[in-house]
Amino acid sequence: MSDSTLHILNRGPNQPDLLQHLLDAMSEGDQILLIEDGIYWASEHFAERFLLARPKVLAADAEARGLTNLSFETVDDGDFVELCVEHRRSVSWC
Amino acid sequence: MNSFLIISRAAPYGSAAAREALELALACALFDREVALLLLDDAVYQLLPEHSPAGIGQKNLAAMQQSLPLYDVEKIYVCQSSLEARGLRPEALALPVTPVDPQSLKALLREHEAIINV
Repeated sequence: MSDSTLHILNRGPNQPDLLQHLLDAMSEGDQILLIEDGIYWASEHFAERFLLARPKVLAADAEARGLTNLSFETVDDGDFVELCVEHRRSVSWC
Repeated sequence: MNSFLIISRAAPYGSAAAREALELALACALFDREVALLLLDDAVYQLLPEHSPAGIGQKNLAAMQQSLPLYDVEKIYVCQSSLEARGLRPEALALPVTPVDPQSLKALLREHEAIINV
């Protein structure tokens, strides 16, 4: 297991500071997962904020909210579990 | 006759707030009160078309939204700067809306007697 962290974000653009804290706290090799209202950050409009990070997006939450034109790859609930297992630790930004 | 302005700031589904704002608007209309909705910040996402919340075990809000005009809730205001900050255009939304700029908010509030933030 690599010494990496899964960063889970479930709040949308109403909380821009939360995304900034997450980005500041990221180390190389970490992964971001956008869930619930966090999926709005995956719209093209915000893609540049992530610089080189490539977040993953929980598909059911994006479909529920009608967000199309996602800039990043989607994952399902099974992938969510795998991401949690693959990373040494996970942190929920909420 | 009281006129109500209901202000929502919440995205749909992440909490009950968006549903509660809609329920309140419909309840006001049922009692023949004049009512308008104002969507600020992430609440503008409530009107993205084609919600499919079955996968997260929630009821679709679109049916409630589409019933607003049937109950004479025809005034839906959206904050222009909230739309722009999210890369959205009013034409892309599921219902006809009136964009308001921050300078118009004062006048909008003064047009109503009761203002409720949900």
